[in-house]
Amino acid sequence: MDVSWFLVLSAFIFGIGAAGVLSRRNPLVVLLCLELMLNGANLALVAFARMHGDGGGQIFALIVMVIAACEVAVGLGIIVAIFRRRLPVDVDELSDLRG
Amino acid sequence: MSATSYGWLVLAFPLVGMLICAFGYRRLPGHSAGWIGSLAILLSFVASILMLLELESRPEDQRELVDAAFTYVHSAGINVDVSILVDPLSVFMCLVVSGVSFLIHVYSVSYMDGDEGFVRYFAYLNYFVFSMLLLVLAANFVVLIVGWAFVGAASYLLISFWYRRTTATRAGIKAFVINVIGDVGLVIGAFLLFDATGELDFAGVFGAADNVFTTNDGPLVAACLMLLVGAFAKSAQLPLHTWLPDAMEGPTPVSSLIHAATMVTAGVYLIARTHRLFELAPLAADIGAIIGTATLLFAATVALVVTDLKRVIAYSTISQIGYMVLGVSAAAYGAGLFHLMTHAFFKALLFMGAGSVIGAMAGNQSLDRMGGFRKAMPFTFVTFTAGALALAGFPLFSGFFSKDEVLAYTLHRGGGFVALAVIGYLAAGLTAFYAFRMVFRVFFRAPVPEARALEHGHPRHGEPHNPTTGEPEDPHVGFDGTEHHNAESSWPMKAAMGPLAVLAVIGGYIGIPGLTDTLEHFLEPTFADSRFADSKPSDGAEYIGLGVGALIAITAIAAAALVFLRRRELRLVVRERFDAVHTLLFRKWYFDEAYNAAVVRPMAAFGRFARNVIETRFVQETIVGGAVGLVRAGSSVARSVQSGYLRAYAALLVVGVTALGVYFLITSAG
Amino acid sequence: MFFVAGIGALGGAVGVVALRNPFYSVLALVAHLVCLAVLFLLLQAEFLAAAQVVVYAGAVMVLYVFVVAYVGGSDEPLRPEGGALRVLGPLFAFVLVAELCIALLGSSLSLIDSQGGDVPARFGTPAEIGSLLLQKFLVSFEAASYLLLVAAVGAVVLARRRRGLEEDETSGLSTEAGGQPKGAPAAAKSAGGAGTVRPSGMSATSSRLRPEAPGGNH
Repeated sequence: MDVSWFLVLSAFIFGIGAAGVLSRRNPLVVLLCLELMLNGANLALVAFARMHGDGGGQIFALIVMVIAACEVAVGLGIIVAIFRRRLPVDVDELSDLRG
Repeated sequence: MSATSYGWLVLAFPLVGMLICAFGYRRLPGHSAGWIGSLAILLSFVASILMLLELESRPEDQRELVDAAFTYVHSAGINVDVSILVDPLSVFMCLVVSGVSFLIHVYSVSYMDGDEGFVRYFAYLNYFVFSMLLLVLAANFVVLIVGWAFVGAASYLLISFWYRRTTATRAGIKAFVINVIGDVGLVIGAFLLFDATGELDFAGVFGAADNVFTTNDGPLVAACLMLLVGAFAKSAQLPLHTWLPDAMEGPTPVSSLIHAATMVTAGVYLIARTHRLFELAPLAADIGAIIGTATLLFAATVALVVTDLKRVIAYSTISQIGYMVLGVSAAAYGAGLFHLMTHAFFKALLFMGAGSVIGAMAGNQSLDRMGGFRKAMPFTFVTFTAGALALAGFPLFSGFFSKDEVLAYTLHRGGGFVALAVIGYLAAGLTAFYAFRMVFRVFFRAPVPEARALEHGHPRHGEPHNPTTGEPEDPHVGFDGTEHHNAESSWPMKAAMGPLAVLAVIGGYIGIPGLTDTLEHFLEPTFADSRFADSKPSDGAEYIGLGVGALIAITAIAAAALVFLRRRELRLVVRERFDAVHTLLFRKWYFDEAYNAAVVRPMAAFGRFARNVIETRFVQETIVGGAVGLVRAGSSVARSVQSGYLRAYAALLVVGVTALGVYFLITSAG
Repeated sequence: MFFVAGIGALGGAVGVVALRNPFYSVLALVAHLVCLAVLFLLLQAEFLAAAQVVVYAGAVMVLYVFVVAYVGGSDEPLRPEGGALRVLGPLFAFVLVAELCIALLGSSLSLIDSQGGDVPARFGTPAEIGSLLLQKFLVSFEAASYLLLVAAVGAVVLARRRRGLEEDETSGLSTEAGGQPKGAPAAAKSAGGAGTVRPSGMSATSSRLRPEAPGGNH
């Protein structure tokens, strides 16, 4: 199987994820799209690992998964906290960090 | 000790006196500051005498000594020491300055009694004497300029001594500004000389002058004219004379010392000192003589009509210094300096007498309100009249000999100088007239209330007020005090005025032509290198001059007696007939108004312009505000990136990554 | 096989982005993850495929489901929101994708060997992964575990109720539930105590708390 197909696929997944991050307003969905991007990267990593016969790529992908899990935990915690404070759960409204 | 060591002592004593008064101003009790100051000057006078004796003991050709204290600058072709020059001219000036200053210090102890700035006054006065002595003892242009500038500063400090009086501070500023104009002239002149000769000390410059300059050489004339500017500003000659009448705002002893006897003679001293240069540039010398003559006539005319007693004497000073300037410009150095000395005596005396009268008038200075003090103030009357007779050139008084010697020499020069001499004689008549105008108006006729009160032993005490504008003042620090003294009741004043009166009478005897000529001989070593050293009018010519002068003086005094004593209505008739002339003279030939319009207003307008437009609009708003605005705009642009808008940040990230990728693609492909 | 899984992954991805209801987006992502696991299998990363399904699709997505159920999130309206980004976002992403493809497929990247070489026999097995983790990549392994700890602590902290600093907890279920042994007076007192710190906001709420407290305590 041509490894480059996998790479192209991973590029597409990454791009779709990026489009989602940029265009959705619900922070939950933004986080989902972020996961999408991470997965795209994972796919690329594994493809390269296969190509070079190096297990390091898979380890890398594993660690990425760990990180994604952590990030989801914290991110969702933030969203829950926001929700509990009765603030609008909308990325465009949450602009208190404005400079 | 050598003469130069005495020279340093002469300088040191007033300096120490000033320091003691300045640093001890809170602690010196009672009148001690006054006595300390006077003692300092007395010691200085004694040292001057010793310096004189030491100098006289040397042979005639060795009477020019220079001594350096330390090197001030020694680099890049400039070699300047702080050094003093002891020669007959400087010793003469030292004697005059320190002698008259000592008497004025004594007078001031009584005059300034009760003033809250008593110690400050003596500190300033000592500082002034120190600066003046530094000026006359200077051996090079740098020290001369230093002394010159110090004297100007001291003059400012003393004119605006009663600093809460607006008229006084304004007068002080006026004096200082005009002085600075003179300073600039002096410095430029010194620089031009340095530029041409490469030397700054007198011996060097005068020695090199013959080699470097030809007669009436352009740079030399320019330098001499600049020196003249300096001299005229300091000596209050046309057109830089307007500060002197206003300077009468200072205490009367200040007027007596600075504006009669010493500071205003600095210009004359300068011309005498640099006589080599002026002789090489006759054009400049002639200009000096012409201006001196113009001044003496102008001031004499104004003195005929002004009504403030001190201002009459001030214009008289301007006029008499015109005589001195004429003398030294016409190469009659001995005569000019002789007149300097006698003038110091009688003018200081006149001011002291005026101070005494003003004290009796409780601070009022207007001639219109004075009269008949003869019985109430006999001592003042006698001394004042002695001074007036000397001023008028009455036969056998000191002024008689000195003024007529100047005029005789001037006549002897011939050519255009004859016209100047004639004007000089004319003005001598005017001088006698206004001198006795003062005497008759103040001391004769019916006594005014103040005089009557004084006769009974109770001098009047008025409310303290500004003598010029009449506004009331409070007698605290910064203003004149309420205590006024007059000579009848205060022995320091008598002790000061007495010797001066004596000198005013007999001081001329050292210069009787053909008989004594002491001063001439004494000053000869200094002026030996003058081209005119041997050109003197014959004794006969001098005696004729003396006779003419005597005649003029007596006639003028008689005329004054007629106008002011017998036919008083004549005054009013004359005034009505020549009303325009009277106004011109009364307004001092509109010099002040002219300067105001031509110089003061434009400068003030420019200042306002500079503040409003340049400072506010240009600097503050455009440059500073512009820079600030620029930074603000830039930072608000930068700030707009931080919108707090998550998606915008994400978009930036994506764009950035894309751009980075493109960059790497390109570099790896290229 | 590749194409099936590939199209499934892409479809899931598009679904995540395009579906309005966030719940449906989560489901789309789950599908996507499963397809990705298949792709991993095709790339001889068995352990990773299993981990993907168990950890990612299993644990993480379940967490997501819980949160979406709690928070909800309304259906996003269809009108153009967010201004320019609504159009520009996908545009940027498309440019990025295009660039990546160029990078990948361009002749300059000659390192990409199409077929991939032979791989050792143990490639991708759990044993291999394990030995790698504990030998070559020990540091990153330990760091990752540390990160997990931090994330756990962070999640707990975020979820903790901070007394007095939370406004409008008047729905009743929150105020009393978290550590309120003494009941109404304590609630009032704590609210009042916090009221001295935050006068304006709290006075209104404290007045609301007190009447509600007995009501909420049942």
